[in-house]
Amino acid sequence: MSHALASKQRTPVRPARILLHTFLVVTALAWLAPLLWALLAAMRPYSETSTKGYVSWPDKLGFDNFTNAFQQSDMLHYFGNTLIVAVPAVLLTLLLSSMVAFYVSRFDFRLNLALLLVFTAGNLLPQQVIITPLYRLYLLVDLPGITMSGKLYDSALGLVLIHVAFQSGFCAFVLSNYMRSLPHELTEAALVDGASVWRLYWQIVLPLCKPAMAALATLLSIWIYNDFFWAIVLISTGENMPITSALNNLSGQYFTDPNLVAAGALLTAIPTLIVYFVLQRQFVSGLTLGANKG
Amino acid sequence: MSTDTSTENPETAPAPSPGAAPAKSSTGHRRLLTRRDRITLGLMAGVPTILHVALVWLTALASIALAFTTWDGIGFDSIHWVGLQNFRQLFTSNPQFWPAVEHNVIWFVVLILLPTPFGLFLAVQLDKKIRFSRVYQTAFFLPVVVSLAVTGFVWQLVYNPDTGLINSLIGANKPGHYIDWIGDPDLNLWAVLVAASWRHAGYMMILYLAGLKGVDPALREASSLDGANEWQTFKNVVFPTLRPTNTVVLVVTIIEALRAFDLVFVFNKGAQGTELLSILVTNNIIGESSRIGYGSAIAVVLLVISLAVIIPYLIATFRKERRA
Repeated sequence: MSHALASKQRTPVRPARILLHTFLVVTALAWLAPLLWALLAAMRPYSETSTKGYVSWPDKLGFDNFTNAFQQSDMLHYFGNTLIVAVPAVLLTLLLSSMVAFYVSRFDFRLNLALLLVFTAGNLLPQQVIITPLYRLYLLVDLPGITMSGKLYDSALGLVLIHVAFQSGFCAFVLSNYMRSLPHELTEAALVDGASVWRLYWQIVLPLCKPAMAALATLLSIWIYNDFFWAIVLISTGENMPITSALNNLSGQYFTDPNLVAAGALLTAIPTLIVYFVLQRQFVSGLTLGANKG
Repeated sequence: MSTDTSTENPETAPAPSPGAAPAKSSTGHRRLLTRRDRITLGLMAGVPTILHVALVWLTALASIALAFTTWDGIGFDSIHWVGLQNFRQLFTSNPQFWPAVEHNVIWFVVLILLPTPFGLFLAVQLDKKIRFSRVYQTAFFLPVVVSLAVTGFVWQLVYNPDTGLINSLIGANKPGHYIDWIGDPDLNLWAVLVAASWRHAGYMMILYLAGLKGVDPALREASSLDGANEWQTFKNVVFPTLRPTNTVVLVVTIIEALRAFDLVFVFNKGAQGTELLSILVTNNIIGESSRIGYGSAIAVVLLVISLAVIIPYLIATFRKERRA
């Protein structure tokens, strides 16, 4: 159908174009196949698939598995856990990294390279390089009364801190590049007028960075939501895990058949998919903002 | 070079690199600062730096230090210096170490040879101003958005020996005919790599699409006016101008190969056939054998490989930026 439409408005149909579209449609479907397969499994009752097999014509499709998976495992609770970690982490990361970027891009040109290098290189390290001492550190830090566990270990605070520390590397790099493209006269003039540094940052520079901040916020939300590793190691109580990491415990415990596993996995993916479809442009531009600079 | 040094806040900043970028108008900025402004600036740069350095770099250094010790984790006096013993043990008598290194290398080689060129190919096709380009992009990029944990579960539904898509289709889901994609140590790494490639191709496609947007259309036109066909134009004109993107792609792919963890952990926790360095490190923390010094030694191997990639890349990047 795509070729027919294309031919009306564009150059006359060339066989090469038809071939290309056929190729792209087939490949795109193949790419979506695993997800569609999971969706199909999740929509069929277990009783039907266990007798007829999974590759069979579905008699009955419905959302029972989704509601069961959601209620039996108390998924809402785990989504809540994620929210408690992700919202402060995204906001703090943006705040802190924009402050560093502001300093680096506006004030100190001698230090900026070294500082940026430290931040960016830190973000590129594999997490496993630092996890052993980090795990010990989190066990050592006592925070009676501040976190539920009385330590940084097994607490939402601990997760927020490591997300902020780790992700601020990438964000500081992207934001400082962005801020450097803003004209210098802008802040210079305000300084001459006697504006304080904080006003310069908060009222002049930050509002101009909205596009970059929006892109980074989208990217960070999805990354932090999707984090699996930090929570697997730094959270010991299954109850305290964010949804993505909790999935590992829930399958087997509550998701006892493949259909429920499929439903649970897809439910976990829904928030990221919504964010992606609504803010696709932000997401992609955030991803390439950093990369294009190479 | 900047002239004024009295206004810095030295405690937070790393050593200044000699001969760094010229100060431009920053000295002008700085002359206008009040005392309060300087304190504000110090905090703005200092607090994030302290947090980042403490949690990322000091822990990385601690990994290096701990790699030369044994420690049971109870009290600091039980830390004992053992020199290179952890490394010696790791290199000579750990049956999982060399397979893990090999698997990390295979991971990188597969990603760079299959999904990366495929992502580039998709990007080139989708960059041709064809209809529905966005729809195709969304489909190919979807796996990148979904978490690796979910990806692991979704692919298990494909690979399950009893109920999975593949075995059901080829009739290998009956007793005696099972193909155990996840359990068989000769197969499972490749099964995981299919899932990893599925995701990687979309990521590379997006990076290359952004790179292709930066290619001057006049170049392409000139090339086709010269009578070059599509392939020749790509090979001689487009690909060479994608050099910066290729560098990013190479670095991203190496880092991804070193970081590989989630998929394997969800699939089979890094059982025989899918050992990875990252999994070995983690098993020394949350696994049954908690050997801190030993786990750190594996982390140091990871660190050394990563820094060998990260540092040259960043130096090249920042040098170029300074020239710009």
